[in-house]
Amino acid sequence: MQTIPMLTILIFLPAAGVMGLLCLRKDDHEWIRRFAFVVSLLELIASVWFLLAGVPLGSNGYKLEEFHQWISLGPHLDAPQTWINYHLGVDGISMFLVILTAFLTVVSILCSWKSIDKRVKEFFIMILLLEVGVVGVFLSLDLFLFFLFWEVMLIPMYFLIGIWGHDRRIYATIKFVLYTMSGSILMLIGILWLYNATGTFDLPSIQLALQHGGLVLPRSTETLLFLAFFVAFAIKVPLFPFHTWLPDAHVEAPTAGSVILAGVLLKMGTYGMIRFCLPLFPDAAKRFATPIAVLAIIGIIYGALVALVQPNLKKLVAYSSVSHLGFVVLGIFAFQTVSMQGAVFQMLAHGISTGGLFLLVGMLYDRRHTFEMSQFGGLCAPMPQLAAFFLFVALSSMGLPMLNGFVGEFLILLGTYQVHWNWASWAATGVILSACYLLWSYQKVFYGDITVEKNRTLPDISTRERAILVTMAVITLWMGIGSTFFTDRTASASQAVIDQMQRPQHAEEAIVPAPAKPSRPAPGRPANATGSAIAPIASAAPRPNSLERLGTR
Amino acid sequence: MPILDHLWIIPLLPLLGSAINGLLGGKWPHNIVNSVALGATGLSFACALEAVREFVSEPNHQALVHRHFFDWISAGTFTAGFDLQMDQLTVVMLLVVTGVGFLIHIYSTGYMAHEGGYYRFFSYLNLFMFFMLILVLAANYVLLFVGWEGVGLCSYLLIGFYFLKKSAADAGKKAFIVNRIGDFGFMLGMFLLFRAFGSLDFTTVFQKAADPSWAHEPWGQFGTMTVACLLLFMGATGKSAQLPLYVWLPDAMEGPTPVSALIHAATMVTAGVYVVARSHILFVHSETAMVVVAVVGCATAFFAATIGLVQTDIKKVLAYSTVSQLGYMFLACGVGVFSAGIFHLMTHAFFKALLFLAAGSVIHAMGGEQDMRHMGGLSKKIKYTYWTMLMATLAISGAPLFAGFFSKDQILLGAYTIEGGKPLYAIGLLTALLTAFYMFRLIFLTFHGQQRYDEHHVHVHESPWSMLGPLVILAVLSIFGGWLALPAFWGGPDYFANFLAPVFSGGEASAAAAASEAAAHSLELPLAGVAVFTALLGFAVAFWLYIRQPGKPEAIAKSVGGLYTTLLNKYYVDELYAAVIVKPLLWLSTEVLWKIVDVAGIDGTVNGIAHGTTSLGDTVRHTQSGNTRSYAVWVVIGALVILAVIFLWPYWSAARPVAGMVR
Repeated sequence: MQTIPMLTILIFLPAAGVMGLLCLRKDDHEWIRRFAFVVSLLELIASVWFLLAGVPLGSNGYKLEEFHQWISLGPHLDAPQTWINYHLGVDGISMFLVILTAFLTVVSILCSWKSIDKRVKEFFIMILLLEVGVVGVFLSLDLFLFFLFWEVMLIPMYFLIGIWGHDRRIYATIKFVLYTMSGSILMLIGILWLYNATGTFDLPSIQLALQHGGLVLPRSTETLLFLAFFVAFAIKVPLFPFHTWLPDAHVEAPTAGSVILAGVLLKMGTYGMIRFCLPLFPDAAKRFATPIAVLAIIGIIYGALVALVQPNLKKLVAYSSVSHLGFVVLGIFAFQTVSMQGAVFQMLAHGISTGGLFLLVGMLYDRRHTFEMSQFGGLCAPMPQLAAFFLFVALSSMGLPMLNGFVGEFLILLGTYQVHWNWASWAATGVILSACYLLWSYQKVFYGDITVEKNRTLPDISTRERAILVTMAVITLWMGIGSTFFTDRTASASQAVIDQMQRPQHAEEAIVPAPAKPSRPAPGRPANATGSAIAPIASAAPRPNSLERLGTR
Repeated sequence: MPILDHLWIIPLLPLLGSAINGLLGGKWPHNIVNSVALGATGLSFACALEAVREFVSEPNHQALVHRHFFDWISAGTFTAGFDLQMDQLTVVMLLVVTGVGFLIHIYSTGYMAHEGGYYRFFSYLNLFMFFMLILVLAANYVLLFVGWEGVGLCSYLLIGFYFLKKSAADAGKKAFIVNRIGDFGFMLGMFLLFRAFGSLDFTTVFQKAADPSWAHEPWGQFGTMTVACLLLFMGATGKSAQLPLYVWLPDAMEGPTPVSALIHAATMVTAGVYVVARSHILFVHSETAMVVVAVVGCATAFFAATIGLVQTDIKKVLAYSTVSQLGYMFLACGVGVFSAGIFHLMTHAFFKALLFLAAGSVIHAMGGEQDMRHMGGLSKKIKYTYWTMLMATLAISGAPLFAGFFSKDQILLGAYTIEGGKPLYAIGLLTALLTAFYMFRLIFLTFHGQQRYDEHHVHVHESPWSMLGPLVILAVLSIFGGWLALPAFWGGPDYFANFLAPVFSGGEASAAAAASEAAAHSLELPLAGVAVFTALLGFAVAFWLYIRQPGKPEAIAKSVGGLYTTLLNKYYVDELYAAVIVKPLLWLSTEVLWKIVDVAGIDGTVNGIAHGTTSLGDTVRHTQSGNTRSYAVWVVIGALVILAVIFLWPYWSAARPVAGMVR
């Protein structure tokens, strides 16, 4: 255990920032912005510093773990005392997601500098609270804690869309919250069920118990649990057909909200699949792989086709997210190391490129107060720089090699193809379609003659905007060319997910009903007399309040 | 510092040039912008020359030079490095790309002098050079794909250079999207190769492919190799504008003329041929793939030539001619004479670049006019342009001793000698006839006959030397570029084929052409005679129709009205694609997917549930009536239900043990 609780700092630094903001005068907008910006920048620096140092290259398992007993739940099963724990940890996958969150928070604060002028203080408080929730989700290793942060994140987002959104903001924000909530209820049931069966909310302990046969789930139970978690995450991703909240939420959200929504909130869904669905319920995941992949492929093609015909630029980008996230889900459910690596990479790349697209669309909105493409046209002439950045980001989004979008998509398709050539072939049509909708919209907005007189005098990007865009462009290039910096660091965590899915099969063949020991995997599941009931794991499961297992991994 | 160990410097120079001009050039005067651009390309050309010198002077110069620079992508078992390689095939491509590219850069300084966006143009042009050099130097398919997509991007940017014009923006977009369709195939081809061979490095893939013992056949009889080759070839048909994906190239003529010369004639469009030649070891293992390549190439050659017969836009004629000539190159690959295909690629780069640049000079002279019906009689006024263009026309028509003569003959010979290749030969020969005809038609319409423009409006002037210089150099190359194969004609060594032999030795040995080399040799002269006669015939017809009987073509066009309009409208292929693919897709997306599935279906259901919940709540609300007696009734009903559950529970649970209950 390290002495400085780094992950706690990462989660609650923005919360401390909120405290600070509360002390500032309400109408002192400039200082509110500056303060929020400094806090988010500190958070970014801290996340890069702590996490890159804390998760050494090639290391396995969770790092920088923090473990404290938090809420006592009294005796349960054989244990005299069970706890909700404050358990944090980070691995190669969550590390980059946290850094991405911190980065996009800085970006969204910068991009709201001018465009938010009512309730400024509340706005930045909400942004920082959102960061607390999202970082918490990525760092929690306790199911209860995870759920807590998952819900915490909803509240600021609700207000961000509902207060600072556009015309139909109330409809959009209620839709967003209800969609997410209906998923989280299912997940809550799943979490409670797991606690009931194991006496702990601790993710690694449950994982160990499941892996080593301490807890055996009958097929039907595993299916139900898998679906409970999966649906919650699928809504968040969003996977077709759970996606219809997304276009509304995006179109109505302020730019900062869209950037964070697309950049990191959607990734909470795919992250959840990687972190929970696959390692906890591998057999069910395998059983459902085909229907899920089909939904993902439908999402890829469907999202792209609907994006193709949107007259509203922001909606177009929103639907393109449906398409891109379909790739991620496909990569996850192909259960290949290569495609898993691709999926993780794509999550990061999509955060940058789609975040960038929303940013640019927001800049256009700031100038013209519309998203309708028919209101634009010929913008290359008045704003050549914005046009150049837009093209750059669009190219990265459509997966041009040497830019970030390519690596993820390529690895996902390559890995998927190795086991399911037909999945990959269908999904690869998305590569054609993404070029179609991005180039068509680009032409409508930037090429040709100026049709609306107002557009003739639009100002090009400001220094502040240029700073954001240049940073994003540099990251885009870096990810595209130096992708190994990222994939090397996500490699062992991705591999671990695939490995965790390898579980002893065929309970009937197990000879020795050996109780699972944390240090040594049992050869098979313990034979079970009734076949339907679940073996209690209280005796076999590691004591949740002991940290012995940390030493073994 | 041997360049051979630092091959990266060759593509990096143009990239630097592009970045400098792109970021800073906007504020610079023209001469600084073009010094940067020319300097970058010229240095790159010099480096390429030095690298080639080092390569051929290596003691073991048969061997391929392979350099690893850094890992680009790696995940699981897959790695793709930033690896560059140099072998004989690379040498040819490298010299063509940097050499012709440099000349076209020089030309552009004159041609673009009065255009807006000067720095932007050179920035894109240099960027193109970077990607094209990556493409030819890459040592694995993924890096090749970088160049492959990158040149497509530059093509998009340069076709749409005059982006205020809708037709230009449309053409750029079309080029990129049609290329993407091909890239889709190319990517799947890569995936399949990785699945079969576990690597995408050329050396590994080709070594394993050449080994007959490899046994990974997921598609049984049809064969991995066939599928992989066809998928790669699909990419090639996109990039090299072959049937059915050729539609973008004629439209690409919206770009500035130097772009047409560099990208859409000399270099980028030959990338597909390069890929097929590079992967020849895969192709020769699949007879099906070879036949497909040959037939598609041959069909495209003929098909495009027929369209070229009636076009009136000078650049459009050249565009269809390019499509047609690329078809020849694929025909060569398909019949197994890869070195002939590459030879034609090289000579074509010379004469077609020259044709385009000369056409650009004509357009320049005519103040932007591209329609040959409004030209005529220019030969006296722009002499240099006329003579250089005539040399290129002779070369492409296959006049004896000009560059195109040798390369085309080798291809036709290859088609003739291969088993079952006679129909291909016949169509190839017919295409040669058409080629000679439409090229001389172009010359006669443009430079001879009556003057058909208004001299008061058009001030015809010869181009500056910055444009004529490259024309002259390319004219020299168009005349002598084929002489590498001259000795072979009299039974001596074929220097070009011998030079490429280390690359193609694996593939060509199996080709039928090599098996009967002696027979082929005796055929060479008669076949060449036939080809020359055909070319003469094409010339004679064009001469008769456009010089002797200037009214005749119109009369003929009228008499075969239907055929003529079909050709003029390019067989209505664009219209067909629009009607069959684009429109239905857009209709489906708008009317079905978006409005019905998304809005009415999914959202309708969700909102329906919301409304249902509201009305349910509304109904249930009435139970909270505030009436004490109704509450009492509810209490009784509730108690009865609970009692029933308690008493009936044991029976129920005994019948069905509850799964999942914890002890």
